[in-house]
Amino acid sequence: MGYPYSHASEVSIISKHFGDPDARTLEGWKKRGGYEGLQKALQMGPEEVIELVKDSGLRGRGGAGFPTGLKWSFMPKDSKKPHYLLCNADESEPGTFKDRELLRWAPHQLIEGCAIGAYAIGAEQIYIYCRGEFFEANQVLAKAVEDAYEAGILGQDVFGSGKRIELTVHAGAGAYICGEETGLMNSLEGRRGEPRIKPPFPAAAGLFGLPTTINNVETLSAIPHIVAKGSDWYRKWGTEDSPGTKLFCVSGHVRRPGNYELPLGFPLKELINEVCGGVVDGNALKAVIPGGSSVPILSADQVEDCLLSYEGVQEAGSMLGCASVIVMDETTDVVHQVMRMSSFYAHESCGQCTPCREGTAWVTNILKKLLAGKGTEEDLTTLMELTDQMTGTTICVLSDSVAAPVQSSIKYFREDYQKLIKGGEVNG
Amino acid sequence: MAKKRQPPVEKASVQLLVNDVEITVPEGTTLLEAAKEAGTEVPHYCYHPELSSPAQCRLCLVEVEGAPKLVPSCTTTVAEGQVVKTDSESATKMRQGVLEFYLVNHPLDCPICDQSGECDLQDFVFSEGRKHGRSKAAKRVIGRDDFGGDILFYGDRCVMCTRCVRFMEEMEQKPILTVVERGNRAVIDTFFEQGLEEAEWAGNVVDICPVGALVSKDFLYKARAWDLEHTPSICPNCSMGCNIEIHTRDNLVQRFKPRKNIEVNGSWICDYGRGGYEWLNQGGRIEKPTMKDTHEPGNGTQEPFGWEDLLRGLGARLKESAESVDVIASPVSSNEDLGAVLGLLKALGGGKILYRCPTSAEEVKLPGKEGLRRTNQLAPNVDGLKILGAVNVGDGSGAGGLEDIGASNSTVLVLGDRLEDQKDGFAENAGLLVYLGSHASQALSQADYILPITTYVEQEGTFVSSGGRVQRFSKGLEGPHAARPAWSILNELTNIISGSSDGDNVEEAFQKLSRISDAFTGLSYEDIGPEGVQLDAVAKKD
Ligand SMILES: Cc1cc2nc3c(=O)[nH]c(=O)nc-3n(C[C@H](O)[C@H](O)[C@H](O)COP(=O)(O)O)c2cc1C
Ligand code: SF4
Repeated sequence: MGYPYSHASEVSIISKHFGDPDARTLEGWKKRGGYEGLQKALQMGPEEVIELVKDSGLRGRGGAGFPTGLKWSFMPKDSKKPHYLLCNADESEPGTFKDRELLRWAPHQLIEGCAIGAYAIGAEQIYIYCRGEFFEANQVLAKAVEDAYEAGILGQDVFGSGKRIELTVHAGAGAYICGEETGLMNSLEGRRGEPRIKPPFPAAAGLFGLPTTINNVETLSAIPHIVAKGSDWYRKWGTEDSPGTKLFCVSGHVRRPGNYELPLGFPLKELINEVCGGVVDGNALKAVIPGGSSVPILSADQVEDCLLSYEGVQEAGSMLGCASVIVMDETTDVVHQVMRMSSFYAHESCGQCTPCREGTAWVTNILKKLLAGKGTEEDLTTLMELTDQMTGTTICVLSDSVAAPVQSSIKYFREDYQKLIKGGEVNG
Repeated sequence: MAKKRQPPVEKASVQLLVNDVEITVPEGTTLLEAAKEAGTEVPHYCYHPELSSPAQCRLCLVEVEGAPKLVPSCTTTVAEGQVVKTDSESATKMRQGVLEFYLVNHPLDCPICDQSGECDLQDFVFSEGRKHGRSKAAKRVIGRDDFGGDILFYGDRCVMCTRCVRFMEEMEQKPILTVVERGNRAVIDTFFEQGLEEAEWAGNVVDICPVGALVSKDFLYKARAWDLEHTPSICPNCSMGCNIEIHTRDNLVQRFKPRKNIEVNGSWICDYGRGGYEWLNQGGRIEKPTMKDTHEPGNGTQEPFGWEDLLRGLGARLKESAESVDVIASPVSSNEDLGAVLGLLKALGGGKILYRCPTSAEEVKLPGKEGLRRTNQLAPNVDGLKILGAVNVGDGSGAGGLEDIGASNSTVLVLGDRLEDQKDGFAENAGLLVYLGSHASQALSQADYILPITTYVEQEGTFVSSGGRVQRFSKGLEGPHAARPAWSILNELTNIISGSSDGDNVEEAFQKLSRISDAFTGLSYEDIGPEGVQLDAVAKKD
């Protein structure tokens, strides 16, 4: 059920109890079928759980869409070292607000998903790294964890199975880059939140140098349902390559912004026009960012046939990312919006990599100069070249995230830039 | 003696092609090191062979055939049959781009920057950078910060390679430096009020800073890099035997810099050693060989003489007066000096060699480099002296211990020790008192002979380190015109006394050692090379 609005097209699995305070409590959650998945998982072998998740085709909801079961299967099987499961709840991408609702309304769903994941990968310790500014979510989560411990769902002997699973909630201190998986690990270890060079990959050497799996809140929240009801059930929705449902956080110029849980492959146009009630004030659609601020911008033309699956959005020329749909109408100054995004990235760059540290700030400067009416046609060439140099040359993809909106906006909204260029050669 | 070196572990070798040059390197070698092997230096800032590699400067990216994007050569290891191109179009373009990014906020204040002339930013931009930068915006200004100790920080020049942070964390293991803030506001800083005055190896951060961000207060504005002569040498300030380069200008030592030797000091030297060079520039030198005027009793002045006459006279006196000979050597005396002393004593029928050495109660370790420490013997050749039979006397400050020296029928030879703790008229009752010294000595002003010698920087020779390694030092300064190495004077005396005709060169002076001590058997001066030779290894060879 969407929040704060809902729509008939929705398929409510993970968002079913959004807005229902009773579902937050352990008793309330159990009444609604909670912890059945975990109990079932404990009856299965860890390998079996991994196979089941593989079969479901669930893909990571943190942005990259990496198959979850496959990721779990990378964990060493017979190592004597401790393993860790990390839950990435640092949600900070502009336009993204789905994990926050999952944390606020369904904390036990997440705890259950985490416990199943930990069981499957052989981890006895889970860390939920929760964005520090999510005060309410942190409180709700803390209470839920306390209750789960008291009920013997977490701790030395999970549901009397003899399995030990501990869970610690860690509040972040306010850095977008701590949402990048290895930056998150550094931050958890008490170091600067700076992404690490890969390899080694987390499954080989992650938190404290030990085998680690990291998953997004939404990914883990889907797990209890998949385990309880099976992979075929989950595959009833979505496409072959993008099975299941996904929360879409819609913001911007629509009548009813908010979170909607829809089957993957849902048409973008229908999401905007039907589910969200259309563009505000009857204005024309200008552009859509379909997957959070770090993916390429789509023009209204590209939106036309775009289907909201991993492969569908890619075909349309962008990426599904974390499905944060930012809708912009004809009144939008695209250059200004791109500048806002690049300022964000310049502020949030950890500063390790030269192209990102210097590039994000430089690009922002040029965009500001253009917005002040002091830009030239040459600046557009420079922007394209700089962002080229910022793509694929750094440790993490924050740097590429600036390149995507800048390059796509210059490509599809060049006239917006050219209107700002005075004295330069204006082509049209 | 130092730990015996382990025989190198045999690693599988890997064959690959770097810029069309075929090379074979051990498994696990990084592409950056492999490229060196193939004769290509890949530009880089954050990588340092003795520190961890964060791969963050992004300058060392190279093309590997088949890889989807450029890879950091500092952390990517070699694979069989790999084809690596450091100068492909994409790699070159990327490097030019990264270099341009570096200049966005760099002040380009080369004319007033100490690093100019030995700066990696200057060099790389000069060889590969764009002719003109495109950034027109005002530059970020951080300004200058005193990091404590000898270290100044010019934040605007910093390239954020974090070598300094990693050195303090991994090598000295006092994490005093850190990065604060993020993005292009990121800057190196100390933790609150705690500064590098608490560090004992901090000077190394200046050496590894690829630009002029970290500079030495002591060296600030003293000399331009291109005006300095570099002389390979050994640090004279303790017995560790750290390899150094002595940088000189105008016949003065301007600074000590570490010279890499993985077996001894890696790329590092301690602050104590680095700072102890002023004595090599000190005035008050003995300019001419002199002898006390014996024709006018009570006059007590020394008349200048030519070397030849004077040594002939001294030889004759030594021969007739040598009942017992006491030599007071200095722990800065070279092995060659000691060899020459021993040769002379042999010609005179024996004698004993004493030395005094200032010591320190504590060693100063560099935890990140096993075995490296400022030892508690504060002179470079204590171990050479010991091997060659010299006996340590006196207290921990290098004073005293000479109470029995100077009996009326004895000959006393002072070699290098200025006897600063002794009263005027030291050993004035001795039959013959000879001072071979670089600097005038109050206590020895009445010596029968005062012979000017060169300091160790004004000659070449060898020391033995506390780890039992014999290492060479070279000549970096000109001594006073008449001064000679002590071994040269002593060997000439021996020639005079015993009628021999040994040559006056350092190779032969060194060769004498193998006749005196087993430790040196089978070793020639040339064998030693720039990184020294482990003495126990030499002894083993036979
Ligand atoms: C700059 C940056 C920021 C990120 N922030 C988040 C985040 O806030 N939350 C998240 O779940 N993943 C974030 N990610 C993705 C994570 O690195 C990681 O891929 C994800 O947590 C894996 O979970 P999944 O497999 O369940 O998607 C970020 C990635 C980058 C490069
Ligand atoms: S790309 Fe940017 S944010 Fe990512 S590691 Fe490099 S500097 Fe940090």
